[in-house]
Amino acid sequence: MRILTESNIEDIALGAAVLGTGGGGDPYIGKLMARQAIRDYGPVELYTLDELSDDDLIVPTAMMGAPTVMVEKMPNGDDIINAFKSVGKYIGKPIKATMSIEAGGLNSVVPLYVAARLRLPFVDCDGMGRAFPELQMVTHSIYGISSTPFAMSDERGNTVLMETVGNKWTETFARSVTVNMGAMSMIALYAATVKELKEAAVQGTVTLAEEIGKTIRRARVQEADPVKTVREAVGGFEIFKGKISDVARRTEAGFAKGDAFIEGIDDYSGQKLEINFQNEHLAATIDGKVAVSVPDLITILDIDTGEPITTEAMRYGYRVAVIGIPCDKRWRTEKGLELVGPRYFGYDVDYVPVEERYG
Amino acid sequence: MRIGIDVGGTNTDAVLMDGTKVISSTKSPTTQNVSEGITKALKTIIEATQLDVSKLDGVMIGTTHFTNAVVERRRLTPTACIRLGLPATVCLPPMVDWPDDLAETIGRNYYLAHGGHEFDGREISAFDPDEIRGIAEQIKAKGLNAIAISSVFSPVNAVFEEKTAEIVKEVIPDANITLSSTIGRIGLLERENAAIMNACLRELAVKTVSGFKQALRDMNITAPFFISQNDGTLMNADFAADYPVLTFASGPTNSMRGAAFLSGLKDAIVVDVGGTTTDVGVLQQGFPRVAAMAVDIGGVRTNFRMPDTLSIGLGGGSLVEAEPLKVGPQSVGYELITKAKVFGGDTLTTTDIIVAAGHEDIGDKSKVSDVDAVFAKAVEDRIEEMVNVAVDRMKTSATAMPVIVVGGGSILIQRKVEGASEMIKPEHFAVANAIGAAIAQVGGETDRIFALAEMSREEALEQAKREATERAVSAGAKAETVEIVDVEEVPLAYLPGNATRIMVKAVGDLAGA
Repeated sequence: MRILTESNIEDIALGAAVLGTGGGGDPYIGKLMARQAIRDYGPVELYTLDELSDDDLIVPTAMMGAPTVMVEKMPNGDDIINAFKSVGKYIGKPIKATMSIEAGGLNSVVPLYVAARLRLPFVDCDGMGRAFPELQMVTHSIYGISSTPFAMSDERGNTVLMETVGNKWTETFARSVTVNMGAMSMIALYAATVKELKEAAVQGTVTLAEEIGKTIRRARVQEADPVKTVREAVGGFEIFKGKISDVARRTEAGFAKGDAFIEGIDDYSGQKLEINFQNEHLAATIDGKVAVSVPDLITILDIDTGEPITTEAMRYGYRVAVIGIPCDKRWRTEKGLELVGPRYFGYDVDYVPVEERYG
Repeated sequence: MRIGIDVGGTNTDAVLMDGTKVISSTKSPTTQNVSEGITKALKTIIEATQLDVSKLDGVMIGTTHFTNAVVERRRLTPTACIRLGLPATVCLPPMVDWPDDLAETIGRNYYLAHGGHEFDGREISAFDPDEIRGIAEQIKAKGLNAIAISSVFSPVNAVFEEKTAEIVKEVIPDANITLSSTIGRIGLLERENAAIMNACLRELAVKTVSGFKQALRDMNITAPFFISQNDGTLMNADFAADYPVLTFASGPTNSMRGAAFLSGLKDAIVVDVGGTTTDVGVLQQGFPRVAAMAVDIGGVRTNFRMPDTLSIGLGGGSLVEAEPLKVGPQSVGYELITKAKVFGGDTLTTTDIIVAAGHEDIGDKSKVSDVDAVFAKAVEDRIEEMVNVAVDRMKTSATAMPVIVVGGGSILIQRKVEGASEMIKPEHFAVANAIGAAIAQVGGETDRIFALAEMSREEALEQAKREATERAVSAGAKAETVEIVDVEEVPLAYLPGNATRIMVKAVGDLAGA
């Protein structure tokens, strides 16, 4: 167990933006929530799964909805507590701790608010090792862990509790209730025991995010090559360096989809890279050929600062480095690729691990 | 005729312009008292040109005064903030992300009330006039009259902010109120931060603007005066007193606008060389490219539109050291005219090198006759490299682009910048910032979420453009000159009805000038 204070939160949020692969929402709001809760209620204890008992129940907490709404209509705070408690009440057993469902973006730090307020342990693992756009896209799904009982709450005090026959159904229903709640809801889901999580969850991702954040911060101070240091910290590969020459965006089925075009500089001069995104980056294509794709992580970093750039912030003229990071091994299984592989997102290609092309 | 004045950190520059012609310009050190500095600049230029001040159509002033007040945490008024959005937003109250010293300077006087809207226009909760009256009474009891009002999704619907202002005015008749919807964009905290910052600066703004007015009156100038905004447009004196935050970062903007005007180019790289730093920016359709990220001012996150510039430590006063060769970032700054070798000082600066290399004849060149020619060339190579890298970093493609060089330290740029299609050092380059102020236009903006299920994208864009144009005209632009200079669309993830955020900016020439 170790203690997380305000300064840890800064690093976790910064690193989570790298793992967010362009999406996951700006961690800024989540970071402020966690920081405020730590100021008001004290620091949070971070546990590894091994430090908990096998039959302890863990319930992840998160925000669901449009990142653009979250920066405008921020939560009440009681809402996420209500969702968390509702799941516990329904199950009828005490809940030992909370965790992040996704290590990337906003939801990496939101559960810290719950942990601080309820003085509960926070667990060093998550269900993605990155960020993904849909609720069923978690490693829990690969191991047959149900997303329900699923609770979603709004700031007015409404809580909707659901049982579904499949995690994709939960996604479908939750999406429409979220719209009614104002395009944002606070959710608690995927209750699981520590024993189940030892198999199903991606472990150590809070610490990983923190390490990445620390690396970026240090690189900034020491004026080292921040992109190289970040790449090394995440075990990633340099895919491309260039300037964003165009970003085309569209909304389809409630997702922010689009394509970014990057013109190569330095060693990549004369080449053109295309990145397709659906909230998160899905695939990077060089001269028409898929170079890296989901479920591997495609992260875009500012060349000078090493700061990750989100799809919403991406625009004409940014000088960026594109790095590919190997995803968690669970995603590379048949079931994992069925959930989040390139074909799920409409690419007619087989998944090739990033290290096979760039290692 | 117009006079443009740019009050920078080091120099106060002024120009007199007749239409598109520069009649005269001056450069003098910035004084502690901003009004005095402006008076002095006006005097110099009027005396030099024997100007009949009744012929002036306007005086345009760009100033860093308000930015400095925030950065230095001085002359700020204690301020209250009312936010409408309960029961939402409770976990992150106003000023939650402010540095403590600044927050304490103006006090953490915030109040949460019911109201606010959802993204689709529904009310989060009903507006409660009695609740607002109660809050206003508490603010009155504290003796505060600077008040910022924010409401969730007020850029989409500002009615609750407006109703709140009316009630507060009833309770505190002399209240100085800033509505967040009049300043910022979507992003409650950033917009609210900007509103609070504006509210705490308004007392200073009123004083400063009346100081400017007095300075003009003293010179018998009856022409209206305007203040430059950070988007390259103007605001009139009353508006400036109401919205001081809109002046933040107007300096670099003015330089770039001046460069566009002087060169006649609308798309180019601008290299503005000052005494201590060189700012590189990109002109797109005659306006500076805008920074994409939230902008930090004095440690507070705001969502202004700021020019996207890259600043490097290279200027006319930069220190030059041998072994190892080093140019900048230290600079003698405004003391160049006493400390540089060519001016009889003992500090070797970049200006000395340029004189030693025989490119310019400034001061006493015999004072740098001992500078080794090989060394001078090495320094020039370094300067060239620094500028090349900075320009390349700001460029958007390998395509060669024109490079416009302006600013008092422009003599440093003696060679062609890599990737430049042409190098332009326009006439009056040293006072491009004051010229940028003088020729500034009037603008209007809109930033709203449109549901594209209810209208076509074209209709939504048309409506947004119409709104921006109307705002420009009501701000003082000649209707027939208004053009749309920027359109940005951001589809909103997860929202139904194909909701899209559309931001449009329109600008036009100032009416009557």
